[in-house]
Amino acid sequence: MVEFWRILLLQGGHNTMVVMLGAAALGVAAGAVGVFAMLRHRALVSDAVAHATLPGVAGAFILAAALGLPGRAPLVLMGGAAITAILSLVAVQFLARQPRVTEDTATAAVLASSFGLGIALLSIVQSLSTGGQAGLDAYLFGGTAGMLEREAYVMVALALFVAAIVLILLKELSAAAFDPAFATASGLPLVRLDAVVALLSLATVVVGLRVVGLVLIVALLIIPPAAARFWSNHVGVVVAVSSLIGAASAYVGAAISAVAPDVPTGATIVVVCAGFFAVSLAFGAARGLAIRALGARRPLTGEAR
Amino acid sequence: MTTFLQIDFAALLAATLAALSCALVGNFLVLTRRAMVSDALSHVMLPGVLVAFMITGSTAVLPMLVGGVAAGLLAVTLVSFLIRTAKVEPSAALGVVFTSLFAGGVLLMEQSGVARTAFDVHHVIMGNLEALVWPAASGLASLITPAHLAEMPKAIGRLVLIFGLVTTIIVALRKELAAVAFDADFARASGLPVALLDLILLVTTALATVAAFESVGIVLAVAMIVCPPATARLVSDQLGPQIVLSVLVAVVVVWGGYTIAVLSPAAFSDLALNAAGTIGAVSGLLFGAAVLYRKRLGSRSVAAPQLA
Repeated sequence: MVEFWRILLLQGGHNTMVVMLGAAALGVAAGAVGVFAMLRHRALVSDAVAHATLPGVAGAFILAAALGLPGRAPLVLMGGAAITAILSLVAVQFLARQPRVTEDTATAAVLASSFGLGIALLSIVQSLSTGGQAGLDAYLFGGTAGMLEREAYVMVALALFVAAIVLILLKELSAAAFDPAFATASGLPLVRLDAVVALLSLATVVVGLRVVGLVLIVALLIIPPAAARFWSNHVGVVVAVSSLIGAASAYVGAAISAVAPDVPTGATIVVVCAGFFAVSLAFGAARGLAIRALGARRPLTGEAR
Repeated sequence: MTTFLQIDFAALLAATLAALSCALVGNFLVLTRRAMVSDALSHVMLPGVLVAFMITGSTAVLPMLVGGVAAGLLAVTLVSFLIRTAKVEPSAALGVVFTSLFAGGVLLMEQSGVARTAFDVHHVIMGNLEALVWPAASGLASLITPAHLAEMPKAIGRLVLIFGLVTTIIVALRKELAAVAFDADFARASGLPVALLDLILLVTTALATVAAFESVGIVLAVAMIVCPPATARLVSDQLGPQIVLSVLVAVVVVWGGYTIAVLSPAAFSDLALNAAGTIGAVSGLLFGAAVLYRKRLGSRSVAAPQLA
C-alpha cells in the first residue's frame, strides 16, 4: 500500500513515471474526443474499430516475422493496427449506407468478424517460432509491464495532438454535436467534422491499445464523457471534466498496474473509471440523481440540452 | 471416419448448435436495431458465470445458465435505468454498463485463483473448439451407443439443451416477437405485452450467448447473432424466409469456416488457424459479399426500366 502511494505520487522510478504520465495523456485525449463521439451517437462505432485492430496487430507481427524484422516493434504493430482500424471504419460506414443494413448491424458485423479474423491470425502468430508472442497479450488486455519509455513518449505526443485538435475545433465540433441542423445551415461541413471525430477516436484507440488493450479501450472513450455529462450543461466544461476523469482513471490504473503487474491494466483502468461514473451519476452538479431528486432542475447556461 | 468423429465431430457439432441458437435470436435483434446489444450481453456473461461459479463452486450447466441470464438481466436493467432515469445517451449507456461489468469480471477472475484455474479468459473470448474431442468414438456406431455418447465433451450437453430451449421459445412466440419487431406501437395497441416479450427476447439472447461461453467463444456468438440474420435480411424482407435462410447461412458459415481452419495446417506448413475465429471471419465475408452482390443487382434493376 505504501508502495502504491509512492508510485501514485510519481516516486516509483523514472520509467514508471513516464508510463503513468503517458497513460494520463491518453486519458485526456480519450475523454475529450469521446464527448463528441457520444453527442453524435457514435460511441459504439469505436468498439468495432478497436476490435478491428487485432487483425492489424497480428498481421503486422506475421509480416515483420516473414521479413525478418523484430515483430514486436511497437510502431510496426501500431501501424498494422491503424491500417485495419481505418479499413473497419470505412466498412462500417459503407455497410450502414446500404438498404436493409442499419448502423448497429454494420457495427456489430464488422466488430465480430474482424475480431474473428484477428483471432485466426493470432493463432498463426502463436505457431511461429520467432519468439516475442507473449507481448501481444498486452494488446488484448492492456499492460504497462515491459513498456518502453519510447512507447510512452509516442503515446504522450499523439494524445497531445488529439487533445489539441479538439481544442482548436471546439466551437465547430460543439455546434455540430448539439445542433446538426443549425450547423449545416450556418455552413459548417458536418460530414467532415464527423470524419474528424471518427479519425481522432481511431487515433486514440490505436495509441491506447498497448496500455488499455483493445477489448476495453472503448470504455475510455465512453465512460468519462457519460460521467462528465452529469456535471455540466456547458460543452467546454463537459470536455474538461471528461478529460480529467479519463486522465485520473488511466493514471491511477497505471499506478495499480505498476504495483501489481499481474492485474490486467485495462480492466483496472475501466473499473476506476466506472467508480468515477457512479459518483458523477449520484452527485453530478447539473444532472446527477441527487440534484434531480432535490428538484433543482433549473437549466444552466449553455448550448447543451 | 473414426478420426473425423474423434477429432472434429464434437467441435463441429458444438459450433453448429451454438450458431443455430444465436442466429435464431439474432433475426429479431437485427430487425429491432439492437445488434450491438448482443455484443454487450456477450461481455456481461463473464462476470455472471464467474459469480455463479464462485457461489456454487461448480461449472455445471444450471449455475452457468442462471449466472449468465442474471447478469444479462442486471445489465439490461442498468442500461434502461441510465437511459430513462439518468438521461444518458442510449449507446453510451450500453457502453458504460458492458465495459464496466466486463472489466469487473476480468479483475474478479484474476483475483480469484479458483476461477482462474476453472476458466481461461482467452477461451471465453476466442473459444476453444480445438479442445472439444471425442476420443471414445470408434466409428459411426458410436453415434447411437449411449456409453460412447456419454463420453462427449460436457459443453455438447449444454449446447443441445440450450439449442432446444431457444428453438422452443422462438418457435412458440414467433408471431408475437415478429409483431413487436416490425411495429411495437401497433403490437402494444393490439394488446400484446411488449415489454415482457422484449425481456423474453433478451433472456433468450443471454441463453444463446452463455451456451457459447468458453467452448465456442463469445466472439463467435456475436458473429452468429449478427451476420447470418443480416445476410438473410438482404435477400428476404419476410421474416419466415429470413429466419430459414439465416439458419442455412449459419450452417454453411460454420462448416465452411471450420473446414478452412482444419485444412490450413496442410496448406500453410503447420500454421493452425483458430477455428472459432475463422468461422467468425467467414461469416463477415459472406455478409460483405451479399451486400456487394445486392448492390450490383440493385443498380442493374434500376438501370433496366430506363432502357425500356
